[in-house]
Amino acid sequence: MNSYVMYIVVTMLLIISYFKDKNKTRMVIKKAYKAFQNILPQFLGVIILVGILLSVFNAELISKIIGNESGWIGVIVSAIVGAITLIPGFVAFPTSAMLLNSGAGYMQIGAFVSALMMVGIVTAPVEIKYFGKRITIIRNFLSFLFCFIVAYIIGKVVGGI
Amino acid sequence: MTLIKQYRFPITTIFAMVVIFLINKEIGIKAIKITGHSLKEMLLIVPPIFIFLGLLDVWVPKETMMKYMGEKSGVKGVVLSFLLGSVAAGPLYGAFPIAAVFMKKGVKFRNILIFIGAWSTTKIPMFLFELSALGAKFAITRLFIDIPGIIIISHVLCFLTNESGVKKIYENAELI
Repeated sequence: MNSYVMYIVVTMLLIISYFKDKNKTRMVIKKAYKAFQNILPQFLGVIILVGILLSVFNAELISKIIGNESGWIGVIVSAIVGAITLIPGFVAFPTSAMLLNSGAGYMQIGAFVSALMMVGIVTAPVEIKYFGKRITIIRNFLSFLFCFIVAYIIGKVVGGI
Repeated sequence: MTLIKQYRFPITTIFAMVVIFLINKEIGIKAIKITGHSLKEMLLIVPPIFIFLGLLDVWVPKETMMKYMGEKSGVKGVVLSFLLGSVAAGPLYGAFPIAAVFMKKGVKFRNILIFIGAWSTTKIPMFLFELSALGAKFAITRLFIDIPGIIIISHVLCFLTNESGVKKIYENAELI
């Protein structure tokens, strides 16, 4: 649904742009295309890599390793799984809810969701292209550490541990 | 030859997929299915992001961007970076090309990092989704920890990167 909003907004802007200046609009399309073409190999690589990873790490396997009694080890494993997988939100949240129902702990799910969103091992090739290796590694590492803070607080507040 | 070099990452992953398929057909088929699904998602979500990037690049003057999100933008720049990252749609990899245009327009490095952080976790549509799937307590608690977390991480990253490092990244963005 959200992507349709993006399409409507962008199309409207593009129409306004066209009426204001045809040449500039041509330049908009050209730049958009060039930027896309430039990053396309990385995008494709990431998407195939995600396909491979998700075929191995499925919901059953994940719920097996991050049960409620798995403690901090479970939190670490969840964060690692979250960091290396890239699941779109509309799949990730229902999956997390399902994992909670099938016995995963709040702390573990907190770590999993946070790592999933903030840490991107598979998207690192794209990030490196724009930010360089150093920033990419430090950003992901800091975000990874941050997931444990999130897990701890979520565990306290929501799990009541 | 340059095309092969440019595409060596996806070529390697395709090769890995073929190997997996030969070892275990079931997992191989699943991997192909998931890849097809993500590919469709990418083709649906990515075009407006890039058109937006083009519009931003061509129509918004550098001075305007600098005024609102540049070195001297202060709190206003932080809030704006958060909002821009939060209203976005699409996976994190869509945020990086936009970040490159921000660099071209002289947006402060810290604000770019906040934008990336916001795009990764405080997206409004995702928050609403989280709210319904995992409950208000979970989603709101996470949001309240994430906002200071993103700001702290971006400050630490800035602190750890010297001026010449930032300059190099900005120069690289000009080439993209």
